[in-house]
Amino acid sequence: MTDFGLYSQKVMDHVRRPRNMGEIKQPDGVATVGNRVCGDIMKLYLRVEKKKGRERVKDIKFQTLGCGAAIATSSMITTMVKGKLLTEAAKITKQAVAEALGGLPASKMHCSLLAAEALKKVIADYHQKNRS
Amino acid sequence: MKKVYLDNAATTPVDPEVLKAMLPYLKGSFGNPSSVHSWGQQARRAIEKARDQVADVLGTKSRRILFTSGATESINFAHKGLIEAIIRKDKRLKPHIITSSIEHKAVLETCQHLEKKGLVEVTYLPVDKKSLIEIEELEKAIRPETVLVSLIYVNNEVGTIQPIKEIGQRLAEISRKRKKKIYFHTDATQAVQYLDCRVGWLGVDLLSLSGHKLYAPKGVGALYIRQGTSLIRQQDGGGQEHRLRAGTENVASIVGLGRAMTLVSQHQATNSKKVARLKEKLVKGVLEIPKIELTGHPYQSAPHIASFVVQEAEGEAILLRLSDQGVAASSGSACTSGLLQPSHVLMAMGVPVEKAHGSLRFSLSKNTTQKEVDYLLKVLPGVIKQLRAMAPKGV
Repeated sequence: MTDFGLYSQKVMDHVRRPRNMGEIKQPDGVATVGNRVCGDIMKLYLRVEKKKGRERVKDIKFQTLGCGAAIATSSMITTMVKGKLLTEAAKITKQAVAEALGGLPASKMHCSLLAAEALKKVIADYHQKNRS
Repeated sequence: MKKVYLDNAATTPVDPEVLKAMLPYLKGSFGNPSSVHSWGQQARRAIEKARDQVADVLGTKSRRILFTSGATESINFAHKGLIEAIIRKDKRLKPHIITSSIEHKAVLETCQHLEKKGLVEVTYLPVDKKSLIEIEELEKAIRPETVLVSLIYVNNEVGTIQPIKEIGQRLAEISRKRKKKIYFHTDATQAVQYLDCRVGWLGVDLLSLSGHKLYAPKGVGALYIRQGTSLIRQQDGGGQEHRLRAGTENVASIVGLGRAMTLVSQHQATNSKKVARLKEKLVKGVLEIPKIELTGHPYQSAPHIASFVVQEAEGEAILLRLSDQGVAASSGSACTSGLLQPSHVLMAMGVPVEKAHGSLRFSLSKNTTQKEVDYLLKVLPGVIKQLRAMAPKGV
């Protein structure tokens, strides 16, 4: 009933030791994607630091209810954007997340899409809050 | 690290005695059972002895047992072979099959295949919340064209035992009354080790089983075919297995299946009791964790399968974390299916999709110990707690 034999060592590493798991109190941006029916829910919390007119990801944390790939992709994407300029972070694609994890089983590719969507959404949330 | 294997409904280890019986046929006694010389005769005798052993446990004559590559093949052959034979006799008939919505995919997909080819019509009986089918519903589904009823004896995901014997009796009465036979097939794969599978007692015409669920190797199984049940063979190319299944026999594995059948039958009473006791402890311990429910029937259930749904943690994630702790289990969650569909069994039972994502199954064996169950109960609460801590709150 399972295909977890197909997970890479990197995926397993993130499942075992998720990075940046938890929440940020009073975040500058927050976003949730997925739902209980489809199975995976990811929530991202974002803290942005502004210096000399440049916006940088100071901190990012995730909370995920989902399978191994959902946990690994959300964990991985936080490590990929932490410290990056917001404009660079916004460019991260689902392929980049999957590649960073040493690939994902075909049936799990949608998890990296979910992570990439969560990231886009949390950045959008930050921009919206900042505008108003 | 401690290793605790609680996935015996997926497959079991080969019993050392089974392996011992098989080894000569992987070494010196390698003959082809169809050959006339002494090598061939030796292999032939070994196969026929295994056939006797299987027949003994099923309470039938050796002649009624066919060896296959496993229950999946047995099931495919039983359904396709029977329908082909019936259509050959009556070309105007579009036969009707009744099965359930909680069958193994071997039955479901075989029925769907026959449906797609336009050969049959199929009724998939619903089940109640405890995964039992209702005999009344079954009777209502019978039509003049109904030729086959196919029901799983013990469900592989939740362990529920269907009342095969009662259904067998009822079908025999109905067949007699209407003077037209309704054949009865049961997939007994998960039942053979723990339940009475004598075919006369059950009232079945066809029974499928697999070796690797009862300490024989993978790749071998059997089909019981009641006398007078004609099947058109699905694999051509030789006269083996009473001309019903072509291909050189898997001698060593067949010998292993025979030995395994004898062993499980000899120890059935003691092993059933022992495994049931352990399962009771396991279920009690697991249910102490908050927000976990037992799925399947609370007592009309095979002794080796305990199935749950866990809230606020996903099945595959639980399996991965448990595996890290040395525990092997299984799940019917969408994420473990490769098809992203939650278990059709849980869906048929009316388990909401949200809950089915947290499906978790433990399956025990005669080798499972109290210490192993204790170890699981020690590590499982932590695994679930960690995953719940990871999940977003209030969604």
